[in-house]
Amino acid sequence: MAVDRLRNLLEQAFPGSEVDVQDRTGGGDHFQVTVASARFDGLPLLEQHRLVNDALAEPLRDGTIHELRITTRGTE
Amino acid sequence: MSELREQIQGVIENEPVALFMKGTPQFAMCGNSERALRALREAGAPVTAVDILPDPAIRQELTSLSGWPTIPQVFVKGELIGGADIVEELAATGELEQKLATALGPDYRESRAEHVVGVA
Repeated sequence: MAVDRLRNLLEQAFPGSEVDVQDRTGGGDHFQVTVASARFDGLPLLEQHRLVNDALAEPLRDGTIHELRITTRGTE
Repeated sequence: MSELREQIQGVIENEPVALFMKGTPQFAMCGNSERALRALREAGAPVTAVDILPDPAIRQELTSLSGWPTIPQVFVKGELIGGADIVEELAATGELEQKLATALGPDYRESRAEHVVGVA
């Protein structure tokens, strides 16, 4: 399942974080990911999203993710 | 540098607000492109839109220039602001309007209206 793959990648990239992955349409290619991690503390939004994009680089590249929505939160 | 890459870079550097999207403002082909456009319109941004769909090379060159993997991508005065989620979030907090006013001047809403340019 793509949802599990995405969740695993995010949990590896952000150890100890809260990760949520939703399949928005049920089609397995439109996702909403939410990550709450201390790594985001003090980082501009652009850099927070860049870290998430980096963690998901492979499924973004191979076409698994057709559409991605990202919500990030720090812990502060 | 390829001609296409130069054209894309030219749009990023020269347009006050550049939106690289799937489709056109009149007919957006993707929910995220639509969301970014709506947020920019509500902030009164003078949007220059580029449709990336006509040629897959546009997206490849754009991503290679910006380091950002997804579409849409929004630039203000050459600076990458982000995709739909970031633009929406910045719009909701008022930071988008602040950023536009800082980058383009307080009268930015009175500048050129929305238009579309082609590359390739």
